[in-house]
Amino acid sequence: MALLEVNGLDVQFPMRQQPLQALRGVAFHLERGERLGIVGESGAGKSVLAFSLLNLLSRPGFINAGSIRFEGQELVGLSERRLRRLRGRRLAMIFQDPMMTLNPLLTIGQQMVETLHAHRRLTRREARALAIGRLGHVQIAEPELRLRQYPHELSGGMRQRVVIAIALLLDPDIIIADEPTTALDVTTQANLIALLRQLCDKHNVGLILISHDLGVINQLTQRTLVMYAGSIVEQGPTRVLINDAQHPYTQGLVNALPQLTPPRQRLRQIPGPLPDPLDSPVGCAFHPRCPYRFHDDGTPREDCLARAPRLESAGEGRVACHWVRELHEIPTFEETST
Amino acid sequence: MGFLLRRLAQTLLVMGAISVIGFALLDGLEPAVPAEHSIWQRYLQFAAAALRLDFGDSAFFHEPALDIVVRYLPATLELFMTSALLTLLLAIPLGVYTAIRPRGLLARCCLAGSAIGISMPVFLTAILLIQLFAIGVNVTPFPPGTDWGAWLNALLSTDGGMPAYGRGNPVHVWGSWYTNFSTWQGLGYLLLPASALASVMLPLFVRLIRAEMLEVLESDYVKFARAKGLSSARIYFVHALKNALLPVMTIGGMQFGTLAAYTLLTETVFQWPGLGLMFLDSIERSDIRLLVTYLMVMGGILVVTNVVIDLLYLWLDPRIQLNGRTP
Repeated sequence: MALLEVNGLDVQFPMRQQPLQALRGVAFHLERGERLGIVGESGAGKSVLAFSLLNLLSRPGFINAGSIRFEGQELVGLSERRLRRLRGRRLAMIFQDPMMTLNPLLTIGQQMVETLHAHRRLTRREARALAIGRLGHVQIAEPELRLRQYPHELSGGMRQRVVIAIALLLDPDIIIADEPTTALDVTTQANLIALLRQLCDKHNVGLILISHDLGVINQLTQRTLVMYAGSIVEQGPTRVLINDAQHPYTQGLVNALPQLTPPRQRLRQIPGPLPDPLDSPVGCAFHPRCPYRFHDDGTPREDCLARAPRLESAGEGRVACHWVRELHEIPTFEETST
Repeated sequence: MGFLLRRLAQTLLVMGAISVIGFALLDGLEPAVPAEHSIWQRYLQFAAAALRLDFGDSAFFHEPALDIVVRYLPATLELFMTSALLTLLLAIPLGVYTAIRPRGLLARCCLAGSAIGISMPVFLTAILLIQLFAIGVNVTPFPPGTDWGAWLNALLSTDGGMPAYGRGNPVHVWGSWYTNFSTWQGLGYLLLPASALASVMLPLFVRLIRAEMLEVLESDYVKFARAKGLSSARIYFVHALKNALLPVMTIGGMQFGTLAAYTLLTETVFQWPGLGLMFLDSIERSDIRLLVTYLMVMGGILVVTNVVIDLLYLWLDPRIQLNGRTP
């Protein structure tokens, strides 16, 4: 049994006119100690997925279908009290902008100690000792001094280390990191990526890393999900995914990497915008931007316009694309079931 | 120390401006110094006397004007403190509640009530309070012969009997300072006027705290606090409220002047012998020196309050430092 198993997860934001479907049937699993990447453009539903795992969606969003099993325990519909006991203790989170994540009016020490007190009976002294130890783990010098300081007295990189130290405080099983390095400069980014990797290995912590940066995903994760318009369109081992992308969208993402563009040429971007979540296209959500939506003779591929593709095995991973299915001559779902 | 020095300079400037207004009033209506002196000399004489806290004698009381103001000050301060306490005790829980349960029935009632409270003038609220709780109302729309009718009539009627005129018999504390705080009876006299005054500020503060809370609750650090598994109480009252109260404090300080005006109306309706009543009386008696003294003292109190709020900021917000730089 996987440590975390998500199946058929639908998240909805009720709007005045019609509900906005932010996630559609998302399914994946995470093994103990595994590092999983989730990649996609802004608005693809990556953060919604991260927040829905611990039911931390902002109002009015809610999970309207599906299941999230952690160690076999169903988290969807679990009482707020029980969820609270899991948050921070078994599943911890790291946010995008370390400038905004820490409360400006509380010292680092207060924000670390309160986390410990929320889950464990410790004396103030024990809690402080633990906090100092964790600050040491994330390579923060003079941890005793830091405990007395306020967030604004630390640099961005240092703050993100503090946030990681808070996430590690209670030895969680999974850390969910939502764009943890996006707001930092490149040097700090590289240091933090190395640190996260080392900490996850050392403490055998599972990592769900959310990023729009394939480079970061490549350095940190073993397996990757590619999200588009609220669904997973491709998943597979990170290395395979980047070197041999199957889904046209993943190919577009990989091709758009600046490192792969020859010098002095325009960056290759995927044409067009992400579909309006209130007005998504019928059929495959990606088809208006897809280079393969036509047959070789120029006629439109009917499947792409008619039906949303399912995730099906292709090579070492799974892909949701009619074009890939035809390429690999995989029989359709209906045919296999009869 | 740049911050404090700058603040002190601003304070002096404001006090200087107030003294010019006071001087203009006095010099125009009741010149103290023969007019052959130049206006600069006359102002300097006024300012020098004011610095020695010498504002001259009241024309009506034939006593130093400052002594009269000091005599009336405690009544107003007690009224103000009681209504400020009432406002705080109610506005914080109501503001927080309406922010975390924005769609609840109680929250909607609160907001509707605060809309009425904001639009109702304080003298009307005061008269309503007097009618309901001092005089009492006897309602008889339901048949008094039946059990339920009698019960409903009794429920809607009020006994009255609350004191609503003056201060009663305040207890002497020291000098010219008498207090209503030391006895239950004294507190009873405070209740209606303080409630009327609080009805002005309460709706404003409930809405203000609610708006600030709603904003802070969407912030990353509140989401992170939830992700850490903290209890709701700690998230709402430590992480969110502390941040929400900073702007509330600033606006509260700015409302102080408005409150002085409302105190005037409240004191008139309840005949509360405080500075507001004294001020209106001295207008009727053309007691210019007392008027000018009132102006200077109130100006001083407002300026000091704002400095105190700045110091509170310094204490509450670690990002503001004494050297005046905000990182």
